Amino acid sequence: MRAEAKLGLILLLTPLLLWLSLLILIPHVDMFLVSLRERIGVGEYRISFANYLTFINEPLYLRTFIRTAVMSTLATMITLLIAFPVSYYIAKIARGRVQSALFLLCLVPFWVSELVRTFGWMILLRETGLISNLLQWAGLVDGPVEMLYNDAAIMVGLVYTSMLFMVVPLVTTLESLPDEVIEAGYDLGGGGGAVMREIVIPHAAPGIVSGCIVVFMLSLGNYLTPIMLGGKDSLWFTELIYSQFIVRFNWELGAAFGFLLLGLSSAIVWGMLKLTGQSLEKTMG
Amino acid sequence: MTPSIPQPRIVTLAYTGYVIAFFVFLALPLVVVAVFAFNDSQFPSLPWEGFTWNWFFGSERPMIGVFHERSILRAIGTSAFVAVLVSILSVAVGLSNAFLFNRYRFRGQEILYIFMLLPLVIPGIVLGISILVFSSRIANGMWDLAQWDIEALRPGLTLVVLGQFSFIATISTLVIAARLQKFDRTLEEAAMNLGANRITAVRTITLPYLGPAMIGAFVVAFLMSFENFNTTLMLVGSDAPLTIAMFDRLKEGSTPLLNAVSLLLMLGSSCLALVMIAFQRKG
Repeated sequence: MRAEAKLGLILLLTPLLLWLSLLILIPHVDMFLVSLRERIGVGEYRISFANYLTFINEPLYLRTFIRTAVMSTLATMITLLIAFPVSYYIAKIARGRVQSALFLLCLVPFWVSELVRTFGWMILLRETGLISNLLQWAGLVDGPVEMLYNDAAIMVGLVYTSMLFMVVPLVTTLESLPDEVIEAGYDLGGGGGAVMREIVIPHAAPGIVSGCIVVFMLSLGNYLTPIMLGGKDSLWFTELIYSQFIVRFNWELGAAFGFLLLGLSSAIVWGMLKLTGQSLEKTMG
Repeated sequence: MTPSIPQPRIVTLAYTGYVIAFFVFLALPLVVVAVFAFNDSQFPSLPWEGFTWNWFFGSERPMIGVFHERSILRAIGTSAFVAVLVSILSVAVGLSNAFLFNRYRFRGQEILYIFMLLPLVIPGIVLGISILVFSSRIANGMWDLAQWDIEALRPGLTLVVLGQFSFIATISTLVIAARLQKFDRTLEEAAMNLGANRITAVRTITLPYLGPAMIGAFVVAFLMSFENFNTTLMLVGSDAPLTIAMFDRLKEGSTPLLNAVSLLLMLGSSCLALVMIAFQRKG
């Protein structure tokens, strides 16, 4: 390599390496090391798995962890089920200006802060809220109904917040499927269901995978939606991390929780990529 | 199902109905937030007490509007300051990364590329705490070693900027790299045949070509930073950016003031998004 090119390479590598090592790699290694510390006295620590044992032995922590994972999976599936027909409509049924207008409309909520979106759902769902009033006006219920502060409200918030991240990859992959291929499926005698199962869904698989990965990750790591829309009993794992770090100042346990959350999300992302034979570069890049 | 294949009328109708219902679902929370910004009441809920501009321009208690509420204005300023810094950093590093992955071939490049994508799949709150843990360790180490108190490594705006930058840089890299991929390199060679050296060729040919992508990356970075909540929450000090300030107020109970701020945010981000689309068309 010529000297000039080598210099260029080093100059361009420096910011990348600084960024990835100082802000991503070393902090995560450090967080892992902190999670292995056990406080045995003032300023005295030893290496042990005590924090992880605490996690396993305390039913509240373990239950919250599993609950967060299960509800995030559920939110991902609901988002996929709701988004797929809409994406298909945008990609294959709508044409021209309507198509681009509908696609842009899907993006709008994303440009608004998550806080505003959650706030909107609070106004809609609370006891004095719009839906409660609507139901009373229609005579369906006698008194005000509280629809906030439960798991269903969390689910609505999660699905709403992540919708965009499902619709965009789905529309992109579905658009690349030529209409003729679908028509050929019908010409060869396939019904609507068979065409969907044999042609459309396999073609959309990369989009489905990348949408599901992002939605799952965002739900798992969400803090705002569960805390604003959920009730006293609907704890989310991120709330535990926050309270260990900021409220209780127990960084060792908090770091262990953070590492568990990271481990869970990486395991699911990796598992989904392996299961479907996709790679991270293709689904994210 | 495609338009060329006839379907029973009822199916088409039901499908269209479903899509309409979906868009109502998307719009509903935002419309509600916007409408109640004009409610002449202390609460952003029914009953409707009449139309007012007071939550924007009101200057007397109990209805102090956005433009007279110091703490909210300061939080908007803080957010904008952070967002500009994050965007500048992200676009600069993104540009450098795009050239690195597009123009050079070196050992370990593929692994580095995958590593570069990782911040997108790390939960924001974990990014926040890992940076918090690491920076505190350095700060404590410096204090023990030399009695230096490095304020920048304690929770505060510096850490917020670094934390947001740590994942927004990936997004700006992808945006800029996508456009560089489409660039026709013979244009650069032509410039060099005409006597330009490599730096001049890149500066006068390639960088202008990347302009729309850089503006796009800047706007996306700005919006993502402005709206970021999870990473910021873990790193914030005494100067709260807007999302954190609004969150604190929301926990105490809300007045239509928050609706007014939200409506302004929606208008602001729509304007930015339109600017970006306009630039993308031109490019």
